[in-house]
Amino acid sequence: MVTNETAGRHVAGGPRITRRRLLAYAAATPTLSVVVKLADAVVGPGGAPPAGAQVAGIVDFTDALTLAAAPTQHLLVVEVTAENRVVARLPRAEVGQGITTAVAQIVADEIGARLEDTDVVLEDARPELLWNQLTGGSNTVHALYTPLRVAAAGARARLITAAARRWGVSASGLVTADTTVTGPGGRSATFGELSAAAASVTVPAVPAVPKDPSQHTLIGQPTTRIDARDIVTGKARYTQDLPIPDALTCVVARPPTLGGTVRSVDDRAARAVPGVVDVVRIPTGVAVVAETFDQALAGRDALVVDWNPGPAAHLSDADVRSRLRGAVLPYLPAPGMRVVEHAFDFAFVPHAPMEVLNCVADVRSDRAELWLSAKSPIVTAQTVALTVGLPVDRVTVHVVRGGGSFGRRLFFDPAPEAALVSKAVGRPVRLLWTRNDDMRHGRLRPASHHRARATLLLGNPIGYEHRMASVTLDGSHGLGELLSAVGLEALGVVGQAMFHLTQHDLYRLGIQTRSLREVDLPFPTGSWRSVFSGQVRTVDEVMVDQIARSMGQDPVAFRRAKLRSARLRAVLDKVATEGQWGRPMEPGTAQGVGLHEEYKSVVAYLVELDARDPSRPRVTGAVAAVDVGRAINPRGLEAQLQGALVDALSVILQAGVHIDGGAIREGSYADFRYARMRDTPPQVEVHVMPPTGEPGGAGELGVPAASAAVANAWARATGTVPTSFPIVDVAP
Amino acid sequence: MPRHTFELNGETVTVDAPDDANLLWVLRDVLGVTGPKYGCGVGVCKACTSHLDGAAFQPCTMTVAECAGRSVTTIEGLADGDRLHPVQQAWIDEDVAQCGYCQPGQIMAAVALLAENPSPTDDDIDQIDNVCRCGTYVRIRKAIHRAAAAM
Ligand code: FES
Ligand code: FES
Repeated sequence: MVTNETAGRHVAGGPRITRRRLLAYAAATPTLSVVVKLADAVVGPGGAPPAGAQVAGIVDFTDALTLAAAPTQHLLVVEVTAENRVVARLPRAEVGQGITTAVAQIVADEIGARLEDTDVVLEDARPELLWNQLTGGSNTVHALYTPLRVAAAGARARLITAAARRWGVSASGLVTADTTVTGPGGRSATFGELSAAAASVTVPAVPAVPKDPSQHTLIGQPTTRIDARDIVTGKARYTQDLPIPDALTCVVARPPTLGGTVRSVDDRAARAVPGVVDVVRIPTGVAVVAETFDQALAGRDALVVDWNPGPAAHLSDADVRSRLRGAVLPYLPAPGMRVVEHAFDFAFVPHAPMEVLNCVADVRSDRAELWLSAKSPIVTAQTVALTVGLPVDRVTVHVVRGGGSFGRRLFFDPAPEAALVSKAVGRPVRLLWTRNDDMRHGRLRPASHHRARATLLLGNPIGYEHRMASVTLDGSHGLGELLSAVGLEALGVVGQAMFHLTQHDLYRLGIQTRSLREVDLPFPTGSWRSVFSGQVRTVDEVMVDQIARSMGQDPVAFRRAKLRSARLRAVLDKVATEGQWGRPMEPGTAQGVGLHEEYKSVVAYLVELDARDPSRPRVTGAVAAVDVGRAINPRGLEAQLQGALVDALSVILQAGVHIDGGAIREGSYADFRYARMRDTPPQVEVHVMPPTGEPGGAGELGVPAASAAVANAWARATGTVPTSFPIVDVAP
Repeated sequence: MPRHTFELNGETVTVDAPDDANLLWVLRDVLGVTGPKYGCGVGVCKACTSHLDGAAFQPCTMTVAECAGRSVTTIEGLADGDRLHPVQQAWIDEDVAQCGYCQPGQIMAAVALLAENPSPTDDDIDQIDNVCRCGTYVRIRKAIHRAAAAM
């Protein structure tokens, strides 16, 4: 069960409030609550060293995130309640990536509990966690795998010690399973019965060392989401579903252009709309507060606002494209060499999560309380504190389950808005972005231009260069500070740092360079699932296909010969075999492959594309093979890779947005052509490779490789190298 | 304030609301039935999909007056007490959900499809227009086939 323990704070009665009270008293009553004691994790036969300890130098972005989280891992909490519940308090956001299920598996397995007895609670913003409460970089499982096991092992050792004392037997013969300690003579006691006694154990009588992976019974097992039943019955609660008594609803009139501001407003008609309670000017627009959302929407429509144009009002797609192209220097001629050279453009892509941005805020003179799905809740709390003029310790941010994110919820735009409005009206406010707001004032994967060139001498690649220009990536949700905290200021601004920490050579292609020029244009940008890799890897993999083609080689055979790592070769071989690479296909249809390595994981996709009608291409089948080191939940991993394929085929084939006079033209899923059922393959096979090490990341992993595979399939099906994405560009 | 009486998940409910009050907000804000989700408010995303007299519809495109005297079923009214509808069970068995936000609407769309067409082909399933931004389509498809077989 996933609970948002604070969600029920205002509800009269019900199990949620019971939980809340129990946890609130946990510090005062002798209920077992164990934090990560790295000292407990003296490396035993199976004990892994604490996360971070093995990071000698920062090799990639995953290391940076893990290292940044390391100093505060001891603040993670695993609790055992008198009600026989094991509770992990997770300082991350669940937005569909399945981390609550993975964490429940890890903790339940290590402590010896049943999965059904294990709860994962999304932690409120805890500023003392510093860099360890940022959900991004597909880093949650990688960074928390060991600390969570250490905490759970500490709790297990204390429960066993308490049972041994109670029964007067040696602790070494006792075991935990099914949320129960059992011992000689058929003795048994539930964790709940032992939790009070266990809480007073200071030095456990058995080592608190994580189990050897060979003893795992839940980790590695395909596991259905722990909240699946709540979701299919409609019980799962998102921010706007929380019952917050006395709350008013709120929508905001926003400018016709990005970043536009209010010149003047006549709100008389709006105030006359029945149910409208107040109209409040905020920096981003004019907020209308009403009893119900349709009253707020009617009030918003009745506003007469004169807007100042936003800073991008002089820019349309063609301007963006030419600015980006101008930022990439052409290559000098390479006399005597054969070159393979292509240029590529990628459109802006919105995150467009299914649950629009929204927030509930209750701001009083001396405190503020907010509810939202926040991936950077500490920065959210700090920002709200500044916005409403409160000390940060008077601001509570509750992290609520989110309806998708894809990077979007790293930014918390509706939080200061809702806080300002609540402060103005003196009541709790449920602020909702409409779908139009979300599409037209959301953030964007930066548009980019790429120029890549391979140089061949005597038919062999001796060099590869990839120059990228991108609209500047905004990392102001705390990423810059995080990178400084681990000593990476030298890499420059966030975009440069991310780029250089994430882009690597997968192939032996001679001397390779990749560079990023960021172009400052006034568009709101943000990390979009896999950040730069979605574009960079697509370009690199399309180029690899074209290099192979120019050498008269098969793309898979060429990759096999040039790949640097055996892990990558293994996933490539797997998809080639399972997907029957090279099978005869009809004209206008083709296979394509793509590979990616990031987050300590590797993946390959093989897709089949039907482009017989080039205006309506459809991916008809796909096979993926993935090696994440150690999959905690192969079932959830499969879902991530299936979903990543849908993202990929959407943004490669048909979905992007258009900029017109500083405004985003698309306004909903009617014109932002994210894939529907009919655009997706009926079968997507995912092969999870056997464990090769510690768990890596998976949430974003699939997007770059799948994007590349779709683009390569297009080139092979149509005989045309795709150079502009989305390939089928339909302006609304 | 006009009164509107309709059947909601098997119970008769009466609400005081203007005739043109949007049904989605009446369900969510007035009646506290939050299973139907807001995703666009204009009938495009289908996240709010529920049933009106047994057929799929989008409450965000209906006024409360239009459903007076009719029967509305939301995701909350689909299971028979603790016994899940076969489509809900199939959703769990295939572990369809990711973020879950679109799934009440997806399930209601699938139930309506199966009521009309007890053994839909892949082409029939392709007609479902509900957006899933997490891209769970391949498992939705499997779950519909599984539910069809079970029913
Ligand atoms: S909210 Fe009703 S269709 Fe989108
Ligand atoms: S499960 Fe997230 S939108 Fe469908």
